[in-house]
Amino acid sequence: MTGVLLELARTFALLSLVSIGGINALLPEIHRQIVDVHGWMTDQAFANAFAIANASPGPNIIFVSLIGWQVAGLPGLLVSTLAILIPSSTLAYFAGRALTRWSHHPAVAVLRDALIPVALGLMLASGVSMMRTVDRDVVTVLISLATAAFVYTTRRNPLWALSAGALVNVAALHVL
Amino acid sequence: MQHEPSAPPRRNIGKAELFFGFLKIGLLGFGGIAPWARHIIVEEKRWLTDREFAELLGVGQVLPGPNVMNASILIGDRNQGLIGVVLCLLGQLVMPLIIVVALAVFYDRVASVPEVNAALIGAAAASAGLVLGTALKMVRNIRPTLLPLGIGAAGFAAIGLLRWPLVPVVLVLVPLAIVATWLARRR
Repeated sequence: MTGVLLELARTFALLSLVSIGGINALLPEIHRQIVDVHGWMTDQAFANAFAIANASPGPNIIFVSLIGWQVAGLPGLLVSTLAILIPSSTLAYFAGRALTRWSHHPAVAVLRDALIPVALGLMLASGVSMMRTVDRDVVTVLISLATAAFVYTTRRNPLWALSAGALVNVAALHVL
Repeated sequence: MQHEPSAPPRRNIGKAELFFGFLKIGLLGFGGIAPWARHIIVEEKRWLTDREFAELLGVGQVLPGPNVMNASILIGDRNQGLIGVVLCLLGQLVMPLIIVVALAVFYDRVASVPEVNAALIGAAAASAGLVLGTALKMVRNIRPTLLPLGIGAAGFAAIGLLRWPLVPVVLVLVPLAIVATWLARRR
């Protein structure tokens, strides 16, 4: 048991340090480690865990937490979560401190200005990528577009649009 | 883009406020947490402007780790130091962890119900629209000039349309963006 926990910790702590772009960028490598190298989960169990993590709210590193849970129960969950979290978070903590300390340096101002459009472009891209993955018929495309319009034009809680999307798609199941 | 230095938080956000703010973000953060973080932080609590939020998200994006979690570490530290960091991370994670384990336990019984499946797909489709609409809204509110608009469009095209892998795109785009921004400022 301790051996498995140590191996989980080592695997995810290393991945944490190279996880630019978050968990989705790491997905192939996580699959290789968990299914192929260690044989902790079957292909099917891995795919199911991914679906479950996507159906849950929250940051998508909870997928890693769930793998830990499936492999070694509550200790596995805690170890995996901390291992994927602590290395990258420590780096972010010190990077943030450095940015604050040098905030009046012209280079930092350039860096901040340069990163804003990068963040916007990538967020836009992730919206489109999600639509390409999820939207398989006219109804789902309409749900996506209607939600985008709702969010763009109002300040209301997006939960309304999400609930409506779920209900409309269930209704479509029975009507169409 | 205007070059005003990004203002430090107008007042320090309290520890409880940080924790419960991020608890809400975690709990609502279905299908990607970034739009929810923006909704709570910019629109509901008004902790940051759209521009400040985009700056932190940009920093969070180029560092390893999830972009919103990285941004929340900066927010927590600037307001309440290391304790603030821990509260922001804990707030985001505690409910999702409980929910994901509960879902895993019930998954086999629930996944085969067609209505449940349709509801999940409908909510996922809405989440995709939520990310898209939020990004467009931020572009509208930040009103970038031609140069940043070009940088953003290049990033969008590479990842969203051409589906190039993220890491090499970021490794090329960020230095390009820095050089272009620096050259534009010198003029």
